[in-house]
Amino acid sequence: MIHASLKDLSAALAAKKVSAVELATLFLDRIEKLNPTLNAFVSVDRDKTLAMARDADARRAAGETGPLLGVPLAHKDIFCAEGWLTTCGSRMLSNFVSPYDATVVRNFKQAGAVTLGKCNMDEFAMGSSNETSFYGAVKNPWDTARVPGGSSGGSAAAVAARLAPAATGTDTGGSIRQPAALCGFTGLKPTYGVVSRYGMIAFASSLDQGGPMARSAEDCALMLNAMAGFDERDSTSLERPVEDYARDLDQPLAGLRIGLPKEFFGAGMDEDVRAAVEAALAEYRKLGATTVEVSLPNSGLSVPAYYVIAPAEASSNLSRFDGVRYGHRAAEYGDLNDMYSKSRAQGFGDEVKRRILVGTYVLSHGYYDAYYLQAQKVRRLIADDFAAAFKDCDVIMGPTSPSTAFRLGEKAADPVQMYLSDIYTIAVNLAGLPGMSVPCGFDRQGLPVGLQIVGGWFAEAKMLNVAHQYQRATDWHLRRPALAE
Amino acid sequence: MSQWEVVIGLETHVQLQTQSKIFSGASTAFGAAPNAQACAVDIALPGVLPVLNREAVVCAIRFGLAVGAEIAPRSVFARKNYFYPDLPKGYQISQFEIPVVSGGGLTIQVGETEKYVHLTRAHLEEDAGKSLHEDFHGKSGIDLNRAGTPLLEIVTEPDMRSAAEAVAYAKALHALVQWIGICDGNMQEGSFRCDANVSVRRPGAPLGTRREIKNLNSFRFLQQAIEYEIKWQIETIEDGGKIQQATVLFDPDTGETRAMRSKEDAHDYRYFPDPDLLPLEIKPDWIAAVKAGLPELPAAMKARFEADYGLSAYDAGGLTATRGTAKYFEDCVAIAGKESAKPCANWVMGEVAARLNKEGLEISAAPVSPAQLAGVVKRIADNTISNKIAKDVFEALWSGEGKDADAVIEAKGLKQITDTGAIEKIIDEVLAANPKSVEEFRAGKDKAFNALVGQAMKATKGKANPQQVNELLKKKLAG
Repeated sequence: MIHASLKDLSAALAAKKVSAVELATLFLDRIEKLNPTLNAFVSVDRDKTLAMARDADARRAAGETGPLLGVPLAHKDIFCAEGWLTTCGSRMLSNFVSPYDATVVRNFKQAGAVTLGKCNMDEFAMGSSNETSFYGAVKNPWDTARVPGGSSGGSAAAVAARLAPAATGTDTGGSIRQPAALCGFTGLKPTYGVVSRYGMIAFASSLDQGGPMARSAEDCALMLNAMAGFDERDSTSLERPVEDYARDLDQPLAGLRIGLPKEFFGAGMDEDVRAAVEAALAEYRKLGATTVEVSLPNSGLSVPAYYVIAPAEASSNLSRFDGVRYGHRAAEYGDLNDMYSKSRAQGFGDEVKRRILVGTYVLSHGYYDAYYLQAQKVRRLIADDFAAAFKDCDVIMGPTSPSTAFRLGEKAADPVQMYLSDIYTIAVNLAGLPGMSVPCGFDRQGLPVGLQIVGGWFAEAKMLNVAHQYQRATDWHLRRPALAE
Repeated sequence: MSQWEVVIGLETHVQLQTQSKIFSGASTAFGAAPNAQACAVDIALPGVLPVLNREAVVCAIRFGLAVGAEIAPRSVFARKNYFYPDLPKGYQISQFEIPVVSGGGLTIQVGETEKYVHLTRAHLEEDAGKSLHEDFHGKSGIDLNRAGTPLLEIVTEPDMRSAAEAVAYAKALHALVQWIGICDGNMQEGSFRCDANVSVRRPGAPLGTRREIKNLNSFRFLQQAIEYEIKWQIETIEDGGKIQQATVLFDPDTGETRAMRSKEDAHDYRYFPDPDLLPLEIKPDWIAAVKAGLPELPAAMKARFEADYGLSAYDAGGLTATRGTAKYFEDCVAIAGKESAKPCANWVMGEVAARLNKEGLEISAAPVSPAQLAGVVKRIADNTISNKIAKDVFEALWSGEGKDADAVIEAKGLKQITDTGAIEKIIDEVLAANPKSVEEFRAGKDKAFNALVGQAMKATKGKANPQQVNELLKKKLAG
């Protein structure tokens, strides 16, 4: 049962072969057993989870049905959930119990999904290895000496180790896709504006987007159906007709044009990653797709532009954490400024401070035009590159991450090296496009490799179709770490 | 003083009359228990997002139309970043580079002269909360009820040249925002607050360094603060000092201004477009719809009053000071007749205004209705009562005695005596009873004549037609 897909769990629940309480108990027991090793969860509350499961069972007994009714899943601790500790991986919010539900959390509640707990993450989603969390690093289930990727590292480890059948994540520069690649499962970052950001603690507002992290494209579609939709409480949420993201899963791929940006296949990529991605492309050709070289000439500017825009927005977004109304406040302080500086100095970790400083600098009087405005112009160029590329292809493919999972501590001392691990994913956020990572093989050390699929704006259903057909032809997504046996 | 020119520009924060806050659904009503009207968005809980209140934009459009300004088809909300305990997000959402309203202006009247004050811009923004420094045993309390209240910040060009002009502008603006229904104008509750930028220079010289006086919430304080500031700046320069750019506060107790912070420690607000809000787009049809719902504006109404009723600029200006006054006047004229417009104007701005002022009432709550006042005016016009008796009738109506002027006149027997025979009889009695006055008059003392008129009026309890008394008395004394 722990290896079953969401779809199969849903069917088992509908057939009353298993109850929501039984399923929740099964996964809670696994969390209890394995979380000490993986550190994937920040908070687990058996009573709360079982209460939700009993409620789902009662709803089913009362005649309600629904694909997620009684299905257990985990939330990244960036989503506010009423009555749950919601820490965002930070000491700053280590005492914050949310009085309200994020729209995503509420949507899953309404669908009857059962919350297994809140997943560890890089502090305020700033990191690519889940080493910046106040609650400690998360371990990669494939090799516990390695990182799971970040920032949705806890969600990633939970899904890969079968502590949860699926989880929510957020992706500002690759935080769903990179950990999905490093932990060997399927993750989708939707088009900006498809999933409401209300109640999702902001890192970089113009880039943040929530999305599903699950075993397969099919499961991602199921989750996205519940997550997506217009939300009047989020002004950047898009008012579009409701979609069934699973509608095109079974479409054949004959005639699919896959664009391969030459900039994503240059130097800097591990040879094993390259080989796995090439093999995946060969598989796609077998499925009837053609590949065409495209160019994203400005993609080299995406990391620098991102590290201006994201910290700028973060420096402002994180100003509300001042110790006045909630969150960490220094035990002892002198005047008001002293309270601010002590509370924030104690409440934030190094990476968060680094980005607040960078962001404050680039927005400062006299630097704004040179940095922030310039970065916004670059962002437009990058989006234009993609738009031009999509004239020649239906989806774009390449590696999700230049390497497989690296060792804990390996890049922690070198922020720039760490930033470069998102080199293929960041451009997608800057352009607001949807992106996926799909397992496509392993390196020589047995670590998973992810294939990135990028679609045009609102092409989620198409991408899920492209991923699903590949997953029907391959079994990479079914491989699991020894720890999950 | 004459060798100095004063330059003043005003920034006014006008609290918009919307039901809910500018970026949340919490109520904007004044006076609730602290933090009772602060929702998750106002408190800036983690994860919450702003959603723009459409009504606040309607208010801004109304204002833009009322001052003949340009309404931007696309304006942008920006974040103004600074730390303060009553600013929950650590930034204020405001408009910076592209405001919703640009240009336009207001005509003000100072004494006999009119002046046009140009507006630079008006932009939408949210208010902060309040810090409470009393009753917390050395700590401060924070009340976030006001946080997120919609404000329109209206900025003038440095067009004003005296405290009197600044006050005239502030009063005209205060009247206008109430006229178009975007602000309740309540200055005690902080619905209308002015910041004054003041500098002095030698005529013809470049602008002097300005100091900004913050948060003036009464016209009297505005006047006092600017006057003090002008005097201080001139004295400082004449004593060989230099004005440093600064933000100052006015202390109503001492009547002085004092520096709060200098330019050196001015904040770098790190403005940037708020990524949580889309640019505000206002299409022409929205503007047209708002325009259709706008009342006749005071300037247009004033011109119409002058043209249609033959009123002076002064009268028309006074009657259009508030929408309520103008409506009262027009309702009154509608019954009394156009030919009685001038007496109606005199009554509205005289007796009615004085009584309202004395009792602290709004004109909408006046105990004498426009119809009742029209009745009084009509009875003066047809000589049923004199102006003087009319005041008694008005008083009676004000106190609720009688349903209209005719009823009061009837009940109190106030009908004017216009019968020549009757008046003559009374005059004869007065002349007989006051031989001394008659003698004095004949000796050339004009004052004595007035005394005799007074006696005659007194004898009729004021009911005799004064003009007739005058004429008949003259005739008798001459004969």
